Amino acid sequence: MNRLQQKLQEDKKLLSIYFTAGYPSLNDTVSIIEDLEKSGVDLIEIGLPFSDPLADGPTIQASSTQALKNGMTTEILFNQLKDIRKTVNIPLIIMGYFNPMLQYGVEAFCKQCQEIGIDGLIIPDLPVDVYHDEYKAIFDKYGLVNVFLITPQTSEERIRYIDSISNGFIYMVSSASVTGSQSGFGNEQTAYFKRIADMNLKNPQIVGFGINNNETFTQATTYAKGAIIGSAFIKHVSSEKLDTIGDFVNGILQ
Amino acid sequence: MNYNVNEKGYYGEFGGAFIPEMLYPNVEELRQNYLKVMAEPSFQEEFNQLLKDYVGRPSPLYFAKRLSEKYNTKIYLKREDLNHTGAHKINNTIGQILMAKRLGKTRIIAETGAGQHGVATATVCALMGLECIVYMGEIDIARQAPNVARMKMLGASVVPAKSGSRTLKDATNEAIRDWINNPVNTHYIIGSAIGPHPYPDMVTRFQAVISEEIKWQLKEHEGRENPDYVVACIGGGSNAAGTYYHFLHEKDVNIIAVEAAGHGVDSGESAATSVLGNEGVIHGCKTLLMQTKDGQITEPYSISAGLDYPGVGPMHAHLCKTGRAEFMAITDDDAMNAGLELCKLEGIIPAIESSHALAIFEQKSFKPDDVVVVSLSGRGDKDLQNYIDYFKI
Ligand SMILES: Cc1ncc(COP(=O)(O)O)c(C=O)c1O
Repeated sequence: MNRLQQKLQEDKKLLSIYFTAGYPSLNDTVSIIEDLEKSGVDLIEIGLPFSDPLADGPTIQASSTQALKNGMTTEILFNQLKDIRKTVNIPLIIMGYFNPMLQYGVEAFCKQCQEIGIDGLIIPDLPVDVYHDEYKAIFDKYGLVNVFLITPQTSEERIRYIDSISNGFIYMVSSASVTGSQSGFGNEQTAYFKRIADMNLKNPQIVGFGINNNETFTQATTYAKGAIIGSAFIKHVSSEKLDTIGDFVNGILQ
Repeated sequence: MNYNVNEKGYYGEFGGAFIPEMLYPNVEELRQNYLKVMAEPSFQEEFNQLLKDYVGRPSPLYFAKRLSEKYNTKIYLKREDLNHTGAHKINNTIGQILMAKRLGKTRIIAETGAGQHGVATATVCALMGLECIVYMGEIDIARQAPNVARMKMLGASVVPAKSGSRTLKDATNEAIRDWINNPVNTHYIIGSAIGPHPYPDMVTRFQAVISEEIKWQLKEHEGRENPDYVVACIGGGSNAAGTYYHFLHEKDVNIIAVEAAGHGVDSGESAATSVLGNEGVIHGCKTLLMQTKDGQITEPYSISAGLDYPGVGPMHAHLCKTGRAEFMAITDDDAMNAGLELCKLEGIIPAIESSHALAIFEQKSFKPDDVVVVSLSGRGDKDLQNYIDYFKI
């Protein structure tokens, strides 16, 4: 069992934070991770920036564009993270689009992740069946958990299929949207969260997209195991408030 | 060797559907229905009727006598430039709008670079009374003002893509994001033989009318259905896919694919994907694309906005890799000169995209009795300002 799988067994609601590596400045990666852990965050998604992030809204797009301008590359990110396990214990996940991984070499990428101490990957544009047929064996070999998304439109049959292939958590996209697009959850979302909870899946669910404060965090975690904050955190650090990461996290957890 | 798509959505190793889960229901709905819908007699009837009465098909297969004399071979031009809205793009938008209606969609989105596909989409939306939103890079909006005006006159909203490099690839990203945000009522009309399966195959089938007509038209002209060569320019590859389709498995037909070399293949300002690109994933399919060694997609360059795309459709990637098609790269200068030559020799002002296909005759010689069919994918009206600036007319 890796750090992520262990964390998912703890008897508490989990807060996960996404940030784009290389943003606001190229070398902020390690200090952001350390500050997030100190602030009480349970797991972290490190975004590997991509030129064409299809599933992301304006905030994450802009941070990715800036990170690339700052010079972020796959190689540099791996270098920045090479000693991360000397100071950080919480689970770390790399989230990125498939093409940069493909160019690095999927096996080489996974191997690096294992050496650094990365626990899992989220690759929104790598379909479940391609993963299953071509890459699952590699992920397993390097002890990496792969995380899949579901949405309110995903059929029950497909959710069961995704659950059967997953070995960490299921990333529940809160509504039909790209990242960062909505404010507040209505009855529709609550019904969806409840519907999924009632399916009694083997993998816990963590809700993402549209969580930006204590209220939405609480709503999401009423039914789900945890919640992920991305755009709201990036907006916070974009105003150069790197020294107030603790305040941001406290505001969410209260 | 099979050059058509297989049941998993691949052309050899290229294709597939590399899409976020948010798009899965939309794409899956299309995948399960497109062949069934296209096979319905009522669909076929309506599609063919509109191609005939509204688009003006069949488009002529014209023997270009003076051009043939100059290059000492037999050159036929497939006159897609004479279609309504001035290019082959309308063949696809007619097909897709009928598909969208049968799937019960009420809202249409599209991406456009130069605006040709945007105009063709706005046109069919007006025809069918459907809402139309066209995403276009902010930079392209500024340099293609007449097509922006056309789309607006036709009732479409033109939304600027302000992210990334603010051109075609970003307009495509924005259209995909819109589709993620509107998964139920919206159909995305992709403008080329690109995107996740089943798009490349569906677009190819709608454009296949081009080669279907070439066959019987050439039979009338030459007494044989198969030319020695078919030639087309490639942006994403829709006019090329349509021009090749019925010849893909005809061994006696040579296929030539013409890419834009921009200022030269090695100049750093080019769109010659088959030379500069390598395997990767762009806009939902595995294909050849221009990228950094780190896997970031790079911005191509061509004087022709329609060829200014960093990838090629997966079918063409397969034709390239297997050697079935010969790929040629034509610079801005050679294309512009070939365009002007067609004006002078044949009285036809071609789109700059199509001029790239015409420019191969300066690079490659053919035998006097070779029959070479070139897809004249569009007319040059939209490019007038470019021609004026380039030749200081
Ligand atoms: C006249 C014309 N030809 C060719 C193209 C290139 O597209 P494709 O490769 O899909 O045919 C375009 C695209 O805008 C066009 O307008």
